[in-house]
Amino acid sequence: MTEMTYREALKAGIREEMLHDERVFLLGEDIGRNWGGAFKVTKGLAEEFGDERVRDTPISENTIVGAAIGAAITGLRPIAEIMFGDLISLAMDQVCNQAAKMRFMFGGQTSVPVVVRSVFGGGKNIASHHSQSLEAWFMHTPGLKIAVPAFASDAKGLIKTAIRDPNPVMFFEHKLVYDKKEEVPDEEYTIPFGEAKIRKEGADVTVWGTWFMLHKALDVAEELTKEGISVEVIDPRTLVPLDKKTLLESVKKTGRLVLVTEETKTGATTAEIAAIVQEEAFDWLDAPIKRVNAPDTPVPFSPPLEDYFIPNHKRIAEAIREIV
Amino acid sequence: MRLRSLNQEWKMWTMSAKKKTLVDLYTQTIKIRKFEEKVWELFGQNLVPGTLHLYLGQEAVAAGVTAALKKTDWIQSTHRGHGHVIGKGADMNSALAELLGKKTGSCKGKGGSMHITQFDVGVLGATGVVASGLPIAVGAALSAKMRGTDEVVVCFFGDGASNNGTFGESLNMAAIWNLPVIWVIENNLYAMGTPIQLTCPSQNIADRGAGYCTPSVVVDGNNALEVYEASVEAVKRAREGKGPSLIECKTYRMRGHSRFDQAKYRPKEEAEHWLNKDAVEIIKKIAIEQGALTEKEAENIAKNLQKDVDKAAEFAIKSELPEPEDALDDVFAEVA
Repeated sequence: MTEMTYREALKAGIREEMLHDERVFLLGEDIGRNWGGAFKVTKGLAEEFGDERVRDTPISENTIVGAAIGAAITGLRPIAEIMFGDLISLAMDQVCNQAAKMRFMFGGQTSVPVVVRSVFGGGKNIASHHSQSLEAWFMHTPGLKIAVPAFASDAKGLIKTAIRDPNPVMFFEHKLVYDKKEEVPDEEYTIPFGEAKIRKEGADVTVWGTWFMLHKALDVAEELTKEGISVEVIDPRTLVPLDKKTLLESVKKTGRLVLVTEETKTGATTAEIAAIVQEEAFDWLDAPIKRVNAPDTPVPFSPPLEDYFIPNHKRIAEAIREIV
Repeated sequence: MRLRSLNQEWKMWTMSAKKKTLVDLYTQTIKIRKFEEKVWELFGQNLVPGTLHLYLGQEAVAAGVTAALKKTDWIQSTHRGHGHVIGKGADMNSALAELLGKKTGSCKGKGGSMHITQFDVGVLGATGVVASGLPIAVGAALSAKMRGTDEVVVCFFGDGASNNGTFGESLNMAAIWNLPVIWVIENNLYAMGTPIQLTCPSQNIADRGAGYCTPSVVVDGNNALEVYEASVEAVKRAREGKGPSLIECKTYRMRGHSRFDQAKYRPKEEAEHWLNKDAVEIIKKIAIEQGALTEKEAENIAKNLQKDVDKAAEFAIKSELPEPEDALDDVFAEVA
């Protein structure tokens, strides 16, 4: 095991796949040798693999993703990077109308092994166009797989699975987890999609959350043991496919559920999870399902405003206390 | 109309070709015509669900371009794509079956007219979102280059698509990466009902190619030989690693935009002018004048194709509809 940051682990996973498979290549804005990616995930890869396989592009999001699709259906394994998740809005046609639908629409004649990497989340005071969490848009589009790693070892194992998957994978990261460190196995490994991980076992209440909110939930869970509340924390790791089994088993055990994400509340992934649980585990629920989300506003800039917008430890703890 | 080369990259046109090429061009053109006439007939019998964007009138574009390609080359098609896929060599049985929504259709009845695709003959896809094919063509051409092949990618799109953002993004990316892609604009003068004069400030869309350092030319899109000659040169350039080219084909729809459109917005004189320039008649006349065909031979080719199309229609009509629950298949490929 070696301790490394999420950023380092992610890069290590990409690098291993590039070494294994010459069809794998990267394209995106400022991912090459001059910059190494806006969040430095690809730093050093252009030097190692060359500018052809770590390809800087013009600022043309729709064509970046479209080009990745065209390359994927003709035999390559592209990873397209969109610098900020907010900017996938510029590539929605290629992501949602093309990549997601081509296999279905063409009756299984082709598949689209493309990975679109991007980053969501606030906390950096960079306002409404660089801070959103829009994963629900893609969960609502059949044909896309969605990975949401929150820990370094998962980032590495899941990116390798994403690259090898024959389908389009939206691989979403979070700005505030890049520097988080974790022990990562030295030997080669992959992590299958659709397998959630119970990050902390507990008996009284289940908390389900993603990325930085998951880290906050784990802090809160630790804190609440002092009050005698035993919290089970579930990390979904992928949203599509979704591990319903682990979630439902946990809820059947605890009888209570709190959902925590950074998304604005209306139509968020948490709404879908709540709906699934009430459909499939209603009889086991001892209290209403609580959602801890951001308010239905754009992400604000000024520190006190953004701090208010993003769910904090206190709100997560309050939601848990309310139903326990 | 004489073709107009917009820069010195294009050679002078010879307007002649080998006999076999002329026969092929005539055959391709009339094959697409026969196919589309059959589609129109089946549509009239209420056998084609949904909408239709017929290729009638524009046959010379698909025929001329695809005649310059190899089987290993790729085309990216559009919502008006029947002609492209038939030109590229698609099986007519499964093509017609697809239009009728049958299980035996090339897309198992999941795509229909706007997504008519046969991947195994080099069709990357047909897209219902105007201008969404250009980025995919960039990627396929990048792939062709990175895989070290001599494959060429043709991207068909209309005048309407040339006003979408992907036009600029994709022409730019293909040029900076020197990719083997050919942009084929089928300028049929109308984006649905909006005339080109209201949407394009210059007489030729091809003028825009210069801004992307892309050799560009305007040809008579109803003359398959002219389209073919331009395509041969563009294909040669692509295979030699000299990058993208753009061919603007001026053409005209014989019918409206889609199923119920009677195209009443088109001035009578304009429509008459273009409808007299029949793509099939033009290439037939050239082939006969150059001694490649006799009238009788041309007639026989047409008759044989008619038989093929009739058989394909019979196959499509007799084919089973999909089972309702087949709607759930093919969302994801199995993970190995």
